[in-house]
Amino acid sequence: MTVLWSIAMKELRDALRNRWLLAISVLFAVLAVGIAWFGAAASGTVGFTNVPATMASLSTLATLLIPLIALMLAYDAIVGEDEAGTLLLLLSYPLGREQLLLGKFVGHGLILALATVAGFGAALVAILVGVDGVPTTVLVGAFARFAVSSMMLGWVFLAMAYVLSCRVREKSTAAGLALAVWFFFVLVFDWLLLALLVLSEGRFSPQSLPWVLLCSPTDLYRLINLSGFDAGAEITGVLALGRELPMPVWGLWGVLGLWVLLPLGLAGVLFRRRV
Amino acid sequence: MTAIEMCSVRHGYGRTTVLHDLSLTVGEGEVLGLFGHNGAGKTTTMKLILGVLRPDAGEVRVLGVPAGEARARRELGYLPESVSFYPQLSGRETLAYFARLKGTPVSGIAGLLDQVGLTNAADRRVRTYSKGMRQRLGLAQALLGEPRLLLLDEPTVGLDPIATAELYALIDDLRRRGTAVVLCSHVLAGVEGYIDRAAILCQGRLRALGSLPELQREAGLRWHLTSLRVDPQGRTLRYERTVAAKDKMAWLRALASQPETVDVEVRAPSLEDLYRHFQAGVDEQRRETV
Ligand SMILES: Nc1ncnc2c1ncn2[C@@H]1O[C@H](COP(=O)(O)OP(=O)(O)OP(=O)(O)O)[C@@H](O)[C@H]1O
Ligand SMILES: [Mg+2]
Repeated sequence: MTVLWSIAMKELRDALRNRWLLAISVLFAVLAVGIAWFGAAASGTVGFTNVPATMASLSTLATLLIPLIALMLAYDAIVGEDEAGTLLLLLSYPLGREQLLLGKFVGHGLILALATVAGFGAALVAILVGVDGVPTTVLVGAFARFAVSSMMLGWVFLAMAYVLSCRVREKSTAAGLALAVWFFFVLVFDWLLLALLVLSEGRFSPQSLPWVLLCSPTDLYRLINLSGFDAGAEITGVLALGRELPMPVWGLWGVLGLWVLLPLGLAGVLFRRRV
Repeated sequence: MTAIEMCSVRHGYGRTTVLHDLSLTVGEGEVLGLFGHNGAGKTTTMKLILGVLRPDAGEVRVLGVPAGEARARRELGYLPESVSFYPQLSGRETLAYFARLKGTPVSGIAGLLDQVGLTNAADRRVRTYSKGMRQRLGLAQALLGEPRLLLLDEPTVGLDPIATAELYALIDDLRRRGTAVVLCSHVLAGVEGYIDRAAILCQGRLRALGSLPELQREAGLRWHLTSLRVDPQGRTLRYERTVAAKDKMAWLRALASQPETVDVEVRAPSLEDLYRHFQAGVDEQRRETV
């Protein structure tokens, strides 16, 4: 346990030292404040409009950004240490491979959690202070849900990054594959689903299609963040399918949790097989 | 307790076998030198002892337990052949991190830094270290937690002559306290006096194993005798000859009984001579296989 914690603390200290943590937090804060103010600029108004619209644009942008940050943070976790020669040294120490992997996960997970809480927390405070007449409880609730789900989305992609990192032999391969994973879950998946919807012309049973959304952690994440509102206008594209999903919100959270655990387990298996 | 027991170990990467039927034991307080050409399998042998690699056949036991068990790893120190650490950490932070991973008190690291002569550079980032300084840090890392078995893969690479001598003195000191040491090196001169036994690997096979005198006997290499004699005109003449080990004493007696002999120098076959003898033919074989 102390060993696991030492590894996690090293990751955290590294992120503090190279200013990653600071950079991500600031990015999150600027992003959230910016969207709250200018999210509705397209419709001609500047300034905070309403909570559902803000959360919808925020989660759309976060869907792009958070997976990318998580993948960048973790893609070289194992293969990077292997290339540097420190992995061999670590493996000669009295610690299990699971401990090493979990230590990295706890460390990177904490970095994302701290950045999320600090960044989005600062944005929340800025909105509450700067805007008169915001529905405080609704906004705080929405932000809390947003922060926690963002954290979990980050963890999902950390775990996926470990799968790549444990599998490949070279850091550059891991980086390339990380980009591919990002591209797939952030863009390609939704395109494929849309294409399927259009081309099938209703030949698929309407009961089964919404379940496909569970195969994409990014769609799950957006569903969770929109679940609090019955805002029809904000739900666009494939997410409209989500409304037909006969699943309570806690079920969505649970599936997102599985999306963390399953890749992490797979990474563990791959790491144990690695020589 | 024996520090290392390797029993008919075979290991390969993919389909190519790089270690064949290797059997080796190292006792407590014994220093074993592991020698062999590039690619002979020295590092692979160390990785098997560490338990990072599993043998395809045979058994490796370390300090009484199967290699790779946490109990064995806790009492083992390892210096990899190309050490590199985290460039962003200082020397002191590096040692503190590894001490925590090993579960040994962090209080001991100041002494270790002093022992390897890094006290002045301890708070500088490893990024700024010279090659020899990294090697010294690696050595300090291997000594964390007073290991009972020390595996040193080419420890003298990058060390200056004084540091090399200090390293050998340190090994001697550890041996007296009962630490077993396995030492890989390509620098044969100078190491002879500090190893109890030498193992010579050749293309993944153990070609020779034994103390220096044992290997000298086995190889049957000739000794070098150099004698200085003064001839009747008062000039000093130098004679050199090589003699078989069994004739050495007869020669010495004969030389000593001649009044004109003023000095005799005897040189045993060196580790390097032995190495050459046991590696003979390897290069030709290698050229054929390439
Ligand atoms: N990861 C690996 N994958 C495939 N082959 C390997 C791997 N590591 C080592 N080998 C091969 O195993 C053989 C033994 O390698 P090893 O590193 O044990 O040699 P060595 O005796 O330490 O050599 P050197 O003196 O150059 O350090 C070599 O032929 C090498 O090519
Ligand atoms: Mg080697």
